[in-house]
Formats: sequence, C-alpha cells, structure tokens
Amino acid sequence: MNTCKHLIKKAAQIRRDIVDIVYRSSAGHIGGSLSETDILVALYYKVMNIDPENPEWPERDRFILSKGHSIDAYYCVLADRGFFDKKELLTYSQFGSKFIGHPNRQVPGVEMNTGALGHGLSIGVGMALAAKMDKKDYRVFVLMGDGELAEGSVWEAAMAASNYKLDNLVAIIDRNGLQISGKTEEVMAIEPLEEKWKSFGWNVSVIDGHDIPSICSALSEDKKVLNVPSLIIAETIKGKGVSFMENEPGWHHGVMSPDEYKRACEELDKMLEVLS
Amino acid sequence: MNTIHNRQVVCETLMEIAKEDRDIVVLCSDSRGSASMKPFAEKYPEQFIETGIAEQNIVGIAAGLAASGKKPFIASPACFLTTRSAEQIKVDVSYSNTNVKLLGISAGISYGALGMSHHSLQDIALLRAIPNILIVVPADRFEARLVTEAIVGYNGPAYMRIGRNPVEDVYTSGNYEFQLGKAITLRDGDSLSIITFGETVKIALDAAELMSNQGINCRVINMHTIKPIDKECIIKAAKETGAIITIEEHSILSGFGAAVAEVVVQNYPVPMKIMGIPDEPAIPGKSKEVFAHYGISPENLCLEAEKLINKKRNGW
Repeated sequence: MNTCKHLIKKAAQIRRDIVDIVYRSSAGHIGGSLSETDILVALYYKVMNIDPENPEWPERDRFILSKGHSIDAYYCVLADRGFFDKKELLTYSQFGSKFIGHPNRQVPGVEMNTGALGHGLSIGVGMALAAKMDKKDYRVFVLMGDGELAEGSVWEAAMAASNYKLDNLVAIIDRNGLQISGKTEEVMAIEPLEEKWKSFGWNVSVIDGHDIPSICSALSEDKKVLNVPSLIIAETIKGKGVSFMENEPGWHHGVMSPDEYKRACEELDKMLEVLS
Repeated sequence: MNTIHNRQVVCETLMEIAKEDRDIVVLCSDSRGSASMKPFAEKYPEQFIETGIAEQNIVGIAAGLAASGKKPFIASPACFLTTRSAEQIKVDVSYSNTNVKLLGISAGISYGALGMSHHSLQDIALLRAIPNILIVVPADRFEARLVTEAIVGYNGPAYMRIGRNPVEDVYTSGNYEFQLGKAITLRDGDSLSIITFGETVKIALDAAELMSNQGINCRVINMHTIKPIDKECIIKAAKETGAIITIEEHSILSGFGAAVAEVVVQNYPVPMKIMGIPDEPAIPGKSKEVFAHYGISPENLCLEAEKLINKKRNGW
C-alpha cells in the first residue's frame, strides 16, 4: 500500500511537471497527457522491467506510445525516471530540440517514433513476435487513444496479435471518451469496445484508469492468459487533475493563460500537499 | 530466352543467407506464391511470418521486428506495399530508421492486364521523396542476386523493386563488380546516353546496337540504384555525350527521369528526353507490348536519339 501511496504522489508530481512544460512551451497536448498519467506512472515505476541507466538493455520490457501526441506526460515520466536530465525539457518544442511534440528515438527510453495514429499496435506485434522468436521473456506494452481506434490498421494488428497468440503483448486504451472534435461516440462510435476486442480474441479487462492499484494489478504478469494478448480499457478523464480541463475537449491541445496556469498549479500543489 | 525470374533468385539468395543468419525474417501478405517465397516459408517456417492481406500491418510488424534486432524482408506486391502502407513506410521505417527491407514484387506494369490498381508506377516518385530509403532495381537475374546480397549487408531501410516475369539476361554471369549507389556503364559511346534501370536495360542495349548501324554511338548506363543516385556518372554522361534519354517503367512524373534531370539541370544542362508511362492509367497488356505502345522499343529509341542529337547540335 505504501508503494501505491508513493505512486499516487508521483502521479500528482508528474501532472505538475506536465502543466509546467506545457505552459512554458505554449505547446503540447495536455488533455490526453493528464488522462494517461496514472497509466504511465504504473508502467514506469512499478510494472515494467527497465533500466534507465541502460535504455538499450536487450531484456527490457518495451513501451510504445501509439497516441504519440500525448507526449508531455511521457517526457516528464522518462525524465523523472532518470532516462535524461529534467533540465533538458527546457528545450521542449523549441527550434532544433530533440524534445519535439511526438516521441522520437533520439530521446533515451523512446523505442519508436510515433505521431501518426494507428501504428503502435502493429509495431508492438512485431516486437512481441521477436521476443517469441528469440525465446525472451520481455513484455510489450502499447498505449493507444480511444479516438485512435477509428484507424483501420489498429484492427489489422488486433487480428494479428491473437492469430500469433501473443500473450507477451499488452495493449491499453486510454478511454477518456473525447477526441479533438468532441465525444468519441459522436465523432465515430467505437462501442461496444469490450465486445469488439473480445471478438478479436483478446483477454479484456475494464478498469478505472486513475486508480493506480487497479492499473498495477491489471498490468501484472500474473494476469496473463496463456496464448492470448491482453487489452486493458482504462476508463479515464481527459484533463484529469485540473478541474477546469476535466472532460473538456477544448483542452485536447489547449494552451493556458497566466491565470489558468496559476489555477492549475494551485490545484495540483494542493493535491500534493494533501498526499504528503 | 532466360526463364528464371528475379523473384525466384531473390528467394534462393535469401534462403542461403538465412541458413547462417537466423535473424533474417521474411514476411508475406498472402503473397508467398506471387513472391516466389514458398520455398523459404517451407524451409524456414520459424523465420517466416504471414500477415494476411494487411499491408499497413505488415510494415508496422516489420518495423517492430527490426527494432528488436531482426532483419525483416517484406515480400509483397509493389502496388499495395508502397501506396497502401505509405505512412508506415514514412514513419515506422524511414523516420524511425528501422532496418526493414521492402521487396516490391511484380512492380511497374508486371501485372499489365490487371489494370491500374495493380500497376505500381508511382512507387519511385513516392519513396524517393521520403528521406533515408535506398531504392534499388536489378536489371536481370544475375543482378537480382547481387542486389539481394548487398541489401542484406546494408543496415537501414531499403526498397528493392522486382518485376514479375523472367527478363532477358543483361549480364552473362554475376561475376562483375556491383556496388550500391554506383551505376554501371554497360556500353560506352559519345553521341548520347541512355540511362535506365530494371527491365528496360535490355531494351536500351538493343537500341544502342541498332543505333550503331546508323553511326550513333550510344552510351548505356544501368542506374540500378535510384537513390542515392550516382550523380558523378550522370554529370560525366552529360559532359561527354551531351544528350540523355532516360527510360523508366514508371510514371514520367516525379520518377527516375526527374531524378536524373535534377542532377543534369543543376550541374551540366544538356537536352534530355524522359521516357516512361505518361500521366494516364497505363494501357493493359504484356510488358513488351506496353513498352512499345509508349515508344520504349529499340526502333523508336533510335528515332528519339536522332531527334535529341539534332537538338544537341542545332539547339531547340
């Protein structure tokens, strides 16, 4: 439980870092970054077998941020986890910086360049296949957005993963219900999601994507079903942690005014204080 | 007439290499038959991946394999592999710099009678505008082996374009110096140059032979590597022969002729003629018939050569 408390506090700190880099750069995709934060914290501080000192360690678990635009949370987690110096994030979205608005392999810890939606799961299938071929134990995690599921290539990969019996592959959907134009169910209805993935042969679980113990439990290796890939529908709130951003599609890639920044900081600082 | 097609040679070569190198993986999109990869799939099932008819997925999977240390070769019809999965090639292969080899089979107008859906006449234009992808096309079965061996040894993204049908031999053996990015002058001459690649190399050689009867000394250059293109060889041809015909089994827009012209106009402008498939759905038919329809025959090339030499001597 202590570990979980520590992780909950860590998530609040990461959210505070996200607000900082987004405000400083007037860039980024804050809504989806805040919705995925708890998932990334669970992965990078508890679930994944990684070594930030040795990002190319062959036995490491792999992570692909298929919803590549939600980069703010990812950079903040990688920096905090020690893949690079946090100070480097001062260049985020600046001319010539390697810390651009989507993941790229120049940044230590990033496995693949993403940004075009619907690519990550196929890449994850390839990585999971390679692990099977080489008889290695590492697992592959792919985080997708819910709006992203309208891309047909996601379903090509979904079909392939169960065809190849990739039980070392875990896909997570950040199900915040919103995309840039509005509600996913109004833009392009994707429900019933659970049934869809089950019919594609996946082991599906639906969890509260902000409840860190639930996330850790769903992602743990003992939840693995032999020969079946796992899909976790993490129900989240876009903009989670900053009250005026929560469930507002406008904050998909919104930029804060000085006053909004102040309010966001106050809310998150208060949360950190409570958690301390 | 040779009856061994290039794709068969590619398969045999990969099988020889896969025996020693267990990281070689061949992927097919329900295309193992058309790609002549059945022997590979049967002999090395643990190094073979079938993805079904899903070109976007096959490229993404290959990128994931490559990022995990494998050496994936995707053998899939060029028409689908390059355009259906263009974004995966751009992002997962080029941008992520994964060691993926794209084998575009039955390229160009190989599937002549099947229509525009099956022609790949935009692949060179598309892929050469994407950074970081080697583009290479063998002229015959001997070169197909050399190209396959060379791209196995090349660590980075590459596209190898292969026709469907057996082509007449250009070389008598594979015993010649082959180097990626270095064009081969097959026949010297000073009246003009024909620069081409793939299946039209043989037509260019036949044309040069016909021209010699008319006192025209035509240089024939096999530009097997389209990207990076051998600039030095092109500039030398412009300087020494003063006129250039390019031939491509591809749209004449933004393709190989354009690549040669980019070098010529910025270094040593000389009269050029870009021959290939015009900006229209290509007429259906067998390769030779289609080529001839669009003026790519030894006889017509002689006429084009005369016109170009006239421009070189007398101006436009």
